[in-house]
Amino acid sequence: MDTFIAFLIPGLFTGAAYAIAASGLVLTYTTTRVFNIAHGAFGMVLSFVFWDLTIRQGLNVVLSLFLVLFVIAPLIGFIMQRLITRGLGNAPVGVSLVVTVGMFVGLIGFAQQYWPEDRIEPEAPRFVPPFWLTFADGDGVPGWQVAGTSITGLQLITILSSIVVAVGLYLLLNKTRIGTAMRASVDNPELLRLFGGKPDNAAALAWMIGMSLAALTGILLVSVVGLDYFGLTLLVVNAYAAAMVGRLKSLPMTFAGAMGIGVFESLAIGYSTDSPLLSTVRPAIVPIFLFAVIVLAPQAQLRIGQVKGMVSAPVPSIPRMGIAGAATLLVAALFVTTASDVRLLQLGTAATYAIVMLSLVLLTGYGGHVSLAQLSFAGVGALTYAKLDEPNLSGLVMATLVAAGVGALVALPVLRLTGLYLALATLAFAVIMEKVVFKSPDLGFGSGGAVEVERLSILGYRFESTGAYVFLMVAFMVAIGMGVLVVRRGVVGRMLIAMRDSPAACGTLGLDMRWFRVGLFASSAGIAGLAGALVAGLRRLTGEADFIFFNSLPLLLLAVVFGITSVTGAVLGGVGLMLLPVLQAETVNVLGSDVKLGGLMFMVIGIGAVLAARDPNGLSNYLFRFGRFLERRLRARIVAGLPQLTTPDGLAADGLTDGRTDGGADETAVHEPAPTGVPLGKVVSDGAPARG
Amino acid sequence: MPLLEVDDVVVQFGGVTAVNHASFEAEAGRITGLIGPNGAGKTTCFNVISGLQRPTKGAVRFNGRTVTRTPVHRRSRQGMGRTFQRLEAFGSLSVRDNVRVALDIHRGFRGIIKPSASDIDGLLERVGIRSYADDRADAIPTGTARLLELARCLAGAPKLLLLDEPSSGLDETETDDFGDLLEDLAAEGMGILMVEHDMDLVMNVCDTIRVLDFGEVIAVGDPSMIRSDPKVQKAYLGYSDVDVDKEPVA
Ligand SMILES: Nc1ncnc2c1ncn2[C@@H]1O[C@H](COP(=O)(O)OP(=O)(O)OP(=O)(O)O)[C@@H](O)[C@H]1O
Ligand SMILES: [Mg+2]
Repeated sequence: MDTFIAFLIPGLFTGAAYAIAASGLVLTYTTTRVFNIAHGAFGMVLSFVFWDLTIRQGLNVVLSLFLVLFVIAPLIGFIMQRLITRGLGNAPVGVSLVVTVGMFVGLIGFAQQYWPEDRIEPEAPRFVPPFWLTFADGDGVPGWQVAGTSITGLQLITILSSIVVAVGLYLLLNKTRIGTAMRASVDNPELLRLFGGKPDNAAALAWMIGMSLAALTGILLVSVVGLDYFGLTLLVVNAYAAAMVGRLKSLPMTFAGAMGIGVFESLAIGYSTDSPLLSTVRPAIVPIFLFAVIVLAPQAQLRIGQVKGMVSAPVPSIPRMGIAGAATLLVAALFVTTASDVRLLQLGTAATYAIVMLSLVLLTGYGGHVSLAQLSFAGVGALTYAKLDEPNLSGLVMATLVAAGVGALVALPVLRLTGLYLALATLAFAVIMEKVVFKSPDLGFGSGGAVEVERLSILGYRFESTGAYVFLMVAFMVAIGMGVLVVRRGVVGRMLIAMRDSPAACGTLGLDMRWFRVGLFASSAGIAGLAGALVAGLRRLTGEADFIFFNSLPLLLLAVVFGITSVTGAVLGGVGLMLLPVLQAETVNVLGSDVKLGGLMFMVIGIGAVLAARDPNGLSNYLFRFGRFLERRLRARIVAGLPQLTTPDGLAADGLTDGRTDGGADETAVHEPAPTGVPLGKVVSDGAPARG
Repeated sequence: MPLLEVDDVVVQFGGVTAVNHASFEAEAGRITGLIGPNGAGKTTCFNVISGLQRPTKGAVRFNGRTVTRTPVHRRSRQGMGRTFQRLEAFGSLSVRDNVRVALDIHRGFRGIIKPSASDIDGLLERVGIRSYADDRADAIPTGTARLLELARCLAGAPKLLLLDEPSSGLDETETDDFGDLLEDLAAEGMGILMVEHDMDLVMNVCDTIRVLDFGEVIAVGDPSMIRSDPKVQKAYLGYSDVDVDKEPVA
């Protein structure tokens, strides 16, 4: 019993902290319908701010606390709502996910850049002392003795804070006008406006309070967790689970869920010393719990009335595709025969990332589903390939199939759910893979370990030289890229895009989207798995560090920035992601002092994604537009130069000059809105509510 | 037995009762009008019928079967088609591909093995939007997009068509053509349930009309009865005179 209580009290403490975080998350979600993946990252940055004020600047603790909680955090919340998340609740959930993931990565980058880990400041230790560190009983143990265990001042403060937050939120939501507006605005913003409410003010207030709560959580936990960019940020996964218990709307249930998770986790930690199984699974308890709550979530009804027409990347004709593919291979061949080994490894890495991004073109670009675990699927592929130890085509096929199977396994339990839930399920999966499976010595690579991998041989030919192997990788990339385009041109591609544009219409036309979605997830995971197997062979050594969860996020973001709806975007994105660590290692000279680019690159990516999220066609779309412009100019010039030819069509192979093959999907740039109507994407309701 | 029966359906959103014990039916081969002022609960009724909204209470029967808990796509396969008041065309696809997707879905696995080619232009021709076939669906006028949604439904050869304000965005001649099309479809045996604000169209083509107000059915009858029903006039009073009540500005 005594040990039970000894485990219970720290559980109540962490539970209380999770409750504070989760209530902020729920508040912003119910009011604005934006699930803030970056909630934890904001908490992390704000606790760094707190540390900066108190330890680095030497400001009074209470004053700093006041500044962070009641000035800086609300201000940031207000700015975020006004500049970034406004109107996001009505956009497809994929958009708000990318925006908040963008903020997540950008904030990590900001913290790394502004408070770099390797900066030595003897007068400012990277450490926040716990509040109210008293040795009241004089027994040398901090805190008070209660029932044979001790409660520290910090624990007491945290539990009290959570009660204050709970009561405060209850009063706000139930006893004030603006609180009523906050509850109403998610149900029916138009109705609220009708009665004179201002949904925008309610949204801003929700973000301000949410941000303060994130800061409070971070500051309460920082003395325990340490000033750790990732550790503090990822604590929020626990808050996600708690918020899911409350179905993203009930605050009491969220509090109960948070307490339950805190206590359960603490008991598991306490008792795991006796049980080897429990101690391996322990880090995955919360993500498994998150997954379970998601699976139990009630079926979401198909949403109607969102912005349509997301995909505008051109669909090249078959000849054009062939030429682009052949050109890529030719350039790769030239490169491979001349480049140094370092460059070769870089190209191979770029090809790997490009293939993983191609898997996202299928899943996210066409299908509209967001996966936060694409590198984990790649890890499954690498692991399978390494463990099978069959360095030939059948090993590669097995790696692909196993990854596809795992992808299906993630999507199956959430068959009934879509959007946010599916994305959170992939997040839970990625954390489980990182914390448990990849670390496991039997199943995975072993903790901190790596596995040796042999390079592929096909039909007896062994791709032993790095040059040949990299060329093979590029060939795979080209083949998959073409495969994706062939799918896009066909029935399945049209259906994917239809599902992305309007799930409701697909349903009422008779499409059972559930199995389609599982198939889509499986194919996408399979492609990522193939990439993983290939890169394992390239490096000849693969380990858990290659497939940590966080790395899937910049990958997703870069894919969006470069254009997640096109193969071109994926290839460019692959190169971009390969260059990322190269650039991060650079130092530039700013005003006479050397500055490392480390975190800055994450900031650039994060901001880029926030800007690009609303148009997932990304940078490559500008490239396409420019290409079309050039083509038109060129065609006109050739026609003018050769007056004897009467038909311009005879000039070039038509497949080359005519990019539009699939219903003019690439002609957005030249479409004028028809004179009598409003373009569909911007149609405002004829008097019906947003989701009427 | 009627093709569609809505039986004592209640839908509540938080504190708002959008549909309040509504019961009505629609027959095969007939055009049934569902009218009522803004916010009366017409679209919510459609969502319940097509399965996009689970009712708080009540039942929906279609073609002799209770479908209250049947998933959306299965109702469609049983022969229900619908269009949307807030357009749900596939904006990234061309008009032709919108219909092509509908045909492929309708043909199920066969559609995936052997994509459909024919029929599409015929359907576009039938609703009168053939000339837009190659345009992207998010770049066509609203009225055209509504006709596109209709063509898409027709690709599935439904027994029952649910049309939510199909004529808004159409000009007068287009509306006339559209009325003729509806009468043709009904003559072929299709049941049509139509929410519509254009009273001329409703009075001209509907065989029978149900009036909804505050989620309740307040009147049932043929056009002439509805026109003279005092309850209906009262419900519409303050909006505009019942006889000339045109579609409010979109
Ligand atoms: N998803 C929803 N959440 C909350 N309230 C809703 C929702 N959908 C509809 N309502 C409310 O239900 C009532 C009925 O709405 P509905 O859209 O069914 O009316 P309608 O008869 O179609 O009106 P209109 O003629 O404007 O299209 C309205 O008061 C509306 O605000
Ligand atoms: Mg309506």
